[in-house]
Amino acid sequence: MATLNILIAVCLAYVALLFAVAFMAERAALKGRGNWLRSPWIYTLSLSIYCTAWTFYGAVGYAARSGLEFVTIYLGPTLVMVGWWWALRKMVRIGRTQRITSVADLISSRYGKSGLLAVCVTLLALVGITPYISLQLQSVTLSFSSFAVSDPVGASLIADQDTALWVAVGLALFTILFGTRNLDANERHHGVVMAIAVEAVVKLFALIAVGVFVVWGLAGGISPMLERIDASDIGQWQMDGGRWVGLTFLSAAAFLTLPRMFQVLVVENEDERHLRTAAWAFPTYLMLMSLFVVPIAVIGLELLPAGSNPDQFVLTVPLSQGQEGLAMLAFLGGFSSATSMVIVAAIALSTMVSNHIVMPIFLRLTQGGVNGPSDVRHVVILARRLSIGVVLALGYLYYKISGGGSALAAIGLVSFAGLAQLLPAMMGGIFWRGATRNGAFAGLVTGFAIWAWCLLLPGFGGGVLPASVMADGPWGIGWLRPHALFGIEGMDPLLHAGMWSLLLNAVVFVIVSLLSFPSPLERLQGAQFVNIFDHSDNPQSWSGGIAQSEDLMIMAQRILGPEMVQGFFQAEAARQGLAGYLPEPTPDFLARLERELSGAVGGATAHAMVAQIMGAATVSVEDLLAVADETAQMMEYSSQLEAKSNELTRTARQLRAANDKLTQLSVQKDAFLSQISHELRTPMTSIRAFSEILRDAEGLEPKDLTRYATIIHAEAIRLTRLLDDLLDLSVLENGQVNLNIRDGLLSDVISHAIAASGSDMHTMRVRRTGPAAEVMLTTDHDRLAQVFINLIANAQKYCDADRPELTIDVSRRGGRVIGTRRIALLPSKPRGIHPIPCGPTLMGLGCCEE
Amino acid sequence: MAKHVLIIEDEPNIIEAISFILSRDGWQVDTHSNGHDAVAVVRARAPDLVILDVMLPGRSGYDILTDLRANPETQDLPILMLTARGQARDREMAEKAGASRFMTKPFSNADVIEALNALVAP
Repeated sequence: MATLNILIAVCLAYVALLFAVAFMAERAALKGRGNWLRSPWIYTLSLSIYCTAWTFYGAVGYAARSGLEFVTIYLGPTLVMVGWWWALRKMVRIGRTQRITSVADLISSRYGKSGLLAVCVTLLALVGITPYISLQLQSVTLSFSSFAVSDPVGASLIADQDTALWVAVGLALFTILFGTRNLDANERHHGVVMAIAVEAVVKLFALIAVGVFVVWGLAGGISPMLERIDASDIGQWQMDGGRWVGLTFLSAAAFLTLPRMFQVLVVENEDERHLRTAAWAFPTYLMLMSLFVVPIAVIGLELLPAGSNPDQFVLTVPLSQGQEGLAMLAFLGGFSSATSMVIVAAIALSTMVSNHIVMPIFLRLTQGGVNGPSDVRHVVILARRLSIGVVLALGYLYYKISGGGSALAAIGLVSFAGLAQLLPAMMGGIFWRGATRNGAFAGLVTGFAIWAWCLLLPGFGGGVLPASVMADGPWGIGWLRPHALFGIEGMDPLLHAGMWSLLLNAVVFVIVSLLSFPSPLERLQGAQFVNIFDHSDNPQSWSGGIAQSEDLMIMAQRILGPEMVQGFFQAEAARQGLAGYLPEPTPDFLARLERELSGAVGGATAHAMVAQIMGAATVSVEDLLAVADETAQMMEYSSQLEAKSNELTRTARQLRAANDKLTQLSVQKDAFLSQISHELRTPMTSIRAFSEILRDAEGLEPKDLTRYATIIHAEAIRLTRLLDDLLDLSVLENGQVNLNIRDGLLSDVISHAIAASGSDMHTMRVRRTGPAAEVMLTTDHDRLAQVFINLIANAQKYCDADRPELTIDVSRRGGRVIGTRRIALLPSKPRGIHPIPCGPTLMGLGCCEE
Repeated sequence: MAKHVLIIEDEPNIIEAISFILSRDGWQVDTHSNGHDAVAVVRARAPDLVILDVMLPGRSGYDILTDLRANPETQDLPILMLTARGQARDREMAEKAGASRFMTKPFSNADVIEALNALVAP
């Protein structure tokens, strides 16, 4: 009764064997003795990770539930391998020459190394694959409990312990050990591939062994078996043509787009000739895998009590017959299927997660903070290990949350449909140069959204999408019902979701691609991908054809600009007698193109560029693009110089304007100085003349003496006042004056000015009108008085009327009279005065304007 | 016979000073203090010599001088220009307008007398 203990022991021993195999393979590869590792058979066997626990256990369950429909799962890949192996060859060639590491890398590289696309594909793959991984955990757990049923001690043991968790942890460890052992993250995983090949043999052998036991041991030979099949329900199943076509297509698409399939098909591929072997060997493997599915299902249905889980027939049929050894083998087969899938899927997903999500974030966070490339390599490895842990943790979580209830096949098909969304972007990218990044992105998002809405979310049951949404659509919008999109009712949900998502995905992809314009890098990558065989088939030949000419043109345009390049190419084509823009890349033409390019980037670079595109050099396309970008930077620099010289011209113009203004100011200054000179010289003249008269003192009477001295004194005072004014003016102009602002009556100011100018005596009568007594001013009263004094003095001086009279009229305009506003106080010059510019007026205005 | 001098000047104190020194020197002094009728006054009084200020109310001394030089009666009349703006440009303008002599204010009394005598010397 120690079955379970033995089982666990066998399990551990088997894992230890796998470790040993992987380890030896790694060692052999390291020492270069691994030729046998590079055989097409290993490659073919590694492809068998397509057959997961789902196919191992689930196919029998599928057959028990739906008859022969399970065959579609094998039919899809078979059609791809047999009928489309040249497409696979193209993918493998692209993967090898472009050093592609994952599906996400393939799509992002094709569409101009778009980080956004890579993240998008990675997330899609994560969402699509997580249920699949949880499916493997579930199948291993189920198979454990199948054994435990017959072992009461083990049953309690199993119930106590979380088998799925231990399986997940164990798988994570194995994957980390062999999937990320090499520090060089681009290296192929010889150890893992070898271990998978061993597992492939184990699972095939196990299934065939069970099948042989069932057919010859239980049914009694082939003919009785066929009779039993005919008698069973399975033979009576109606086949739904649409579902058959749909499922076959889905499994074919998934075979191409599943990250783990891409990993073994493309990334781990050693030699693309292996595909020739795999093209017939892998379908044979699939056929062998499916050979005994129906017999096991039929016998299982017959022998086992109704209600037994048909997904476990492979195990439970031998167990029910007491064939514990055979059951153990079957268990190991299932275990192999599950583990190999999880390991490769985790490697593939972790590569995507670390390359496209973790590393970009890390590099952005630590800009310049990494010391040398070795550090980055350690980070890459660490990121991959963490990602493996995360991927398996997600799978485990999904298993715990979903409760592992759904039939294996159902989960698998949901996954298939999700991953199939990558197909348009992938195949379009490989076969259609017109495909663009925007198109790929739009198509992916569209397809993914429809898949999630119609298939993934309903799969979670009522917790996520309420029954009302399923029946009436969100917010009652009928045509958005998850299982009847756009009003198409009565279809199988899987087929319905697969059709709509892939159809709209492809349509959106094509339309957006046609409408959007690819970037230069995208065009170049597109050309590299689509014309991969032209580029890499015969690297020695110098004449390539129109494809190279187009690449040359794209490259040249980046350097010389479109107009010039198109003109040049057209002329060259005409010289060769061809119409259009693309001449044959003859040596003659290439030499001339090189000359054209060397003018912009230098001879050596130009030669390297042309040689690279013609396939005769080892410079990578990325290097060339960097060169081209540098050229663009140089051009930008020169345009910056041009801008600078424009700026200098502008500055010169501004300087000229400033100079003109200064010259004008200088003229004004001369006029001012001349005016000042006149103002100062006039009293000086009187002073000098009279002082000389007094000095000579000849013929002077005493009253003359007094009078002349008085004149000198008065003129001296006038001179002083002028100087004061002048100083005031300069202080005012410098803005350094402190005005003595206070409140007072305008009439007081005017009275003060009249008294100070002494004009009320004999020279001029001053008449005052208006409400000056009522006008309250807030201003510097002394300076305002000075303005009036100057005005009165000017009036006295220049008015030649017989009886001069000055009228000072005060009137209010608006609400306020403010002393510092000249408009209010100096509306015009006093009447009767000739408009001759004169000193005191100028001085007064100077004061008054401030 | 005493020479007849006409002073055309708007600054009363300067008129008084020049009048005094010229009277003392034996000149017959006549004065006028604005610009607009100056030309007519000159022709009416027919002095032997004119002292003409530049900055006059009503009309500029240069304009008056130009008018006087345009008239045959007064085209050779000795005219001493006085200006308070002592820049080279003013001297040029005075010469161009036809001044017999140009002096800047302030002046030395002796220089004025000497200049006047030189102007009327036969």
